[in-house]
Amino acid sequence: MANAFLSIERLTQKYPDGKGGEFTVFENASFGIEKGEFVCILGHSGCGKSTIMNILAGLSEPTTGVVKMDGLEVSGPSLDRGVVFQNYSLLPWLTALKNVIFGVAARFPDWTKQQVEDHSIAFLDKVGLSGDAIHRKPSQLSGGMRQRVSIARAFANEPKLLLLDEPFGALDALTRGTIQEELLKVWSGTDQTVFMITHDIDEAILLADRILLMTNGPLARVAESVEITIPRPRVRTEIVENPNYYAIRNHLVQFLGKRSAELAGQPSVAGETHSPETIRIDKTSGEASNAPMLQAVKI
Amino acid sequence: MNRISENKRAAIWSFALLLVGLLVWELSISTQQVATGELTEYEILTGAGTAKAGVPPPSEVIIKAWEELSNPFYDAGPNDKGIGIQIGYSIYRVLTGYFLAALIAIPLGFLIGMSSVAYKALNPFIQVLRPISPLAWMPLALFIIQDSEASAIFVIFICSIWPMLLNTAFGVAGVREDWVNVARTHELSALKTAFTVVLPAAAPTIVTGMRISIGIAWLVIVAAEMLVGGTGIGYYVWNEWNNLDLTSVIFSILMIGVVGMLLDAAFGLLQRRVAYVE
Repeated sequence: MANAFLSIERLTQKYPDGKGGEFTVFENASFGIEKGEFVCILGHSGCGKSTIMNILAGLSEPTTGVVKMDGLEVSGPSLDRGVVFQNYSLLPWLTALKNVIFGVAARFPDWTKQQVEDHSIAFLDKVGLSGDAIHRKPSQLSGGMRQRVSIARAFANEPKLLLLDEPFGALDALTRGTIQEELLKVWSGTDQTVFMITHDIDEAILLADRILLMTNGPLARVAESVEITIPRPRVRTEIVENPNYYAIRNHLVQFLGKRSAELAGQPSVAGETHSPETIRIDKTSGEASNAPMLQAVKI
Repeated sequence: MNRISENKRAAIWSFALLLVGLLVWELSISTQQVATGELTEYEILTGAGTAKAGVPPPSEVIIKAWEELSNPFYDAGPNDKGIGIQIGYSIYRVLTGYFLAALIAIPLGFLIGMSSVAYKALNPFIQVLRPISPLAWMPLALFIIQDSEASAIFVIFICSIWPMLLNTAFGVAGVREDWVNVARTHELSALKTAFTVVLPAAAPTIVTGMRISIGIAWLVIVAAEMLVGGTGIGYYVWNEWNNLDLTSVIFSILMIGVVGMLLDAAFGLLQRRVAYVE
C-alpha cells in the first residue's frame, strides 16, 4: 500500500471541542488508491469524509499524517488534483463554456486561445452539452446541467486525481441517474483516477471499483474496503441482474445500518494503523448462476 | 376595459401629476397680486406699487430654461456664464475627487476585506472619520491646500471615499469560499485570483458603493461651491440668490436634480452590467 499511486498514511484530524479539550474526527486513517481506480467512500454525516476530501485536495491540513501522490507529499492545492464540489463551484458570472475555459486556461497556459476553446467545447460535448446551452450562465441552466459543466471542467483539466464531493447530492433521482451514466462514459475513455464521496449505495456500486466504508464519528475510521465484483461496462438496468449486486448491496446496507455504529468510537491502539479490511464478495465463480439470485429474492 | 400596460398607466399618472402640480403653482402665484388702484403716499414711498420679488410662476421658469439651455456655454465674464459651463465645472470637480477616492478606497477595501487584522486595525479610524460632515473639513483644507479649487475637490474626495471603502471591504469579505477554492485548486496566483474571481464576485457590492458615493458627492459639491465660490452650479445658485433672481434659482435647482439623476443612472447601468444571479 505504501507503493500505491495515492497513499493516505495515518491521517488524524482533531478539532478543539470548545471546552479546552479536543475532538477527534478520525484517527490514523490509512488507505491507498491505485492509478486508474474509481474509489467511492461511504459513511454517515460527521464521519469526516469531506475533511478527508479537503485534505486530499490540499485545501486543508490534517492534524497529523501525510498524503502522498506518486510518491510526493501533498501540500496545498494543485492542478494535479481536480475537485468537483457539491454546489456553487461554477463561477456564476461566466457562461458554461467560459467556466470550462477558466479551468483549461489555468491548466494549459501555453495553449492558444483556439486550442483552449476547442478542448473545452469537446469536453462539454462529452457530457452532453452543446449548442446554445454552453453560452448560458449557470443561473440559466438546470441543476443537472450545472453539475455536467463542473464535471466537464474537471475532466478537461486531466488531473492526476479527480475528487468528487457528493457531486449529485443536490439533484433529483432521475437526473442523477442520467448524469451518473454520463460520468461513467467520460471516465471509461480515460485512465483517470477518481475518489468520490457519496451517500447513495446504488450510485457507489454503479460507479466504483472499490468502496471504502467509514464508521461513525467521532473517532471514525475507514473500516472496510469492498471490491465491486461486477464487470464493466455497467448499465444501471443490467447490473441489478448480476448475482453479486444484491450480495454487495446487502453487505453495504448492513454496514451502514448497524456495524458503522457498533465499530464507532474505539480509540486507536498505540502504533496501530487503521487500514481497512478488504472484503471481496463474488457469487459468480463456478456456481449455478441463478442460486444467488434466489438468495437475494428471499431477502 | 381595454388593457393598457403598467408602464403606460404609470406614465399617464406621472404626466397628470406634473400638470396638476404646475397648474396649482401657476394659479397660486397669480393670486399674489401687487396692490392696485389708488395708492396712498405712504404706499408709494414704501414701494408697494412696484413689482415685488416673488416666487416666479412655472411659465417664467420654462422660458428661462429655454433661454439658458439654447445657449448653455456662453461666457460673459466671471459672474455671467452659461449653465453648461457651470455644470461642467461641478462635474469636473466631482469626478476628479471621486476617482481619486476610488483609487484609494477600492484597493484599501480589498485589503480590509481579505485581512481581518487590517480590518480591525483600520476600523476605529474609519468609524471616527466617516460621520464627519465633509464640509467640516473645508477650513482645514483651505488652510493646508491654500487653493479653493483643490479644497473643493478634497471635500468631494473625503465624502465619497467611505461608501466605496466599506462596500468594497464588505463585498470582498463576502466572496463565497467555494469560488476562492476553485481559484486555489486551479493554482491561480493571488493577483490573478483577485482579478478573475474576487473582483467579479464582489463587483455588484463594489458598484453599489460607487453609486452611493457619486450620489453623495453630487449632494456635497453644491454646498462646497457655495462656500468656495467662483464657478460651478453651487456658486451659480448662490449668486442668483444674491441677485434675487428666483427664476434662475429654481431653474438651477432643477438642473442639479437632472444631472444627479443622470450620474446615478450611469452607475445603475454599470450595476446591471456586473450583476450576476447565483
